Amino acid sequence: MNNVMAGEAERPLVSAGTSGTPSVFAVTSLMLARDLRLAFRKASQLVQPLAFFALITTLFPLAVTPELTQLRRIAPGVVWAAALLSSLLALEFLFRDDAQDGTLEQYALSGRSLTGLLAAKTAAHWLLTGLPLALMAPLAGVALGVQGAALPGILASVTVGTVTLSLIGAVGAALTLGVRRSGALLSLLTLPLSIPVLIFGARATQLAIQGQPYGAPLTLLAALAVFGITVSPLAAAAAVRINLE
Amino acid sequence: MDVYGDIPANWRDLVLRKFSEAEDPQAGMSDFTLKGENVHLWRGERHVLHGVHFSVADGQCLQLTGPNGAGKTSLLRTVCGLSYPEEGHILWRGEDVRLDLPAFHAQLAYLGHEPPLKMELTARENLHYWVGVRRRLSSRELDGALERVGAQRWADRPVRTLSAGQKRRVALAGLTLMAVPLWLLDEPTTNLDAEGQRLVGRLIDEHLAAGGLAMAAVHHELIISSQGLRRLELRLE
Repeated sequence: MNNVMAGEAERPLVSAGTSGTPSVFAVTSLMLARDLRLAFRKASQLVQPLAFFALITTLFPLAVTPELTQLRRIAPGVVWAAALLSSLLALEFLFRDDAQDGTLEQYALSGRSLTGLLAAKTAAHWLLTGLPLALMAPLAGVALGVQGAALPGILASVTVGTVTLSLIGAVGAALTLGVRRSGALLSLLTLPLSIPVLIFGARATQLAIQGQPYGAPLTLLAALAVFGITVSPLAAAAAVRINLE
Repeated sequence: MDVYGDIPANWRDLVLRKFSEAEDPQAGMSDFTLKGENVHLWRGERHVLHGVHFSVADGQCLQLTGPNGAGKTSLLRTVCGLSYPEEGHILWRGEDVRLDLPAFHAQLAYLGHEPPLKMELTARENLHYWVGVRRRLSSRELDGALERVGAQRWADRPVRTLSAGQKRRVALAGLTLMAVPLWLLDEPTTNLDAEGQRLVGRLIDEHLAAGGLAMAAVHHELIISSQGLRRLELRLE
């Protein structure tokens, strides 16, 4: 009986107005902390897309030609196609676990904005998959014979591009929550939408490698990212609600 | 010889309850905090809920019974706004919950079949992240809640190493931490031992005594001593 009474004294039945409600900032950082901690507890999911990216980019010199001038010419395409595919690989995990154990349901019923919560989740997903990919891309560039001067351009374009890829992926992952083996459908949904990112990203990388100004395609990539940030969490939240019904 | 031997001692209550169930939906609107009016729900070709009426006042627990597939879970999910009823309304303090779902959600806690816990996190971490989205939690409160459900000994073990009953207890701790007036519970006693089932009863009793209300789908009668227990039987049709 003692057990039951403990903690009773200060437990209000109704949370006391705004004073007990955490701020949007607090909730966002809580979500980020949770997803980062979870990801590091199951690191294999984290490493898989990165290993995939490293594998693809190192296969090309072996399969095509070890000649650097040729490799340098195909480098933008290789880096971007590999980035696209490996970000796709990570997408399946974005909402799947949370949907299976009922966490998404709890988010939808938390009284907080589901859009905001999913935006925070997507941000965590980018930190865990997009950012590491962007950091690896210059290394892949070096392996493909790209000079040092072009590496900041590659880093910038992949960083901005993966933001959009994560956002597109969030909508796709939310839409395919109810599908049992969602992998194929997910790629069918997201790859066509990712093509603008591929085009502008590869173009920016190509210009950077040729030593020309790459501001224009990079700006377009950034515009895509801004559009994604505006629209994607809303769409993802709507899709999650439909799937919970 | 007592010919009325098989009539339950609380027949008066039962009869009165019958009447209060059947009363005009408009009458006594303010008496009931949560009310369902003529709720119809279709799942594809299946007509799951056939015009369900119910009402729960502060300090009452509505126990939903009925065979598998009678729509207990569907009703709970409809009440909390996850499912959209084809017809009918759910009223919270006299207003349709659809008018402001986030505000309604801030007043309720829903516990489904599966405890919404992350296998990789410890019980304490789970509660911190789960409840922390809704309200600020002090570690003292967390400890108190874990102790209440008898979870303090394994609070720092990853949830994957816990038994189903232990997970259920952690979920119950989360429920008490939410500090909301409305509890919607789907089979809250699943996987629990006899002591755990009494714990659920005690938690609900205390919740009702504090002026809260609850709706629970159950297969086994809840062990509640509160006078506020009411029943709603859903039938297969």
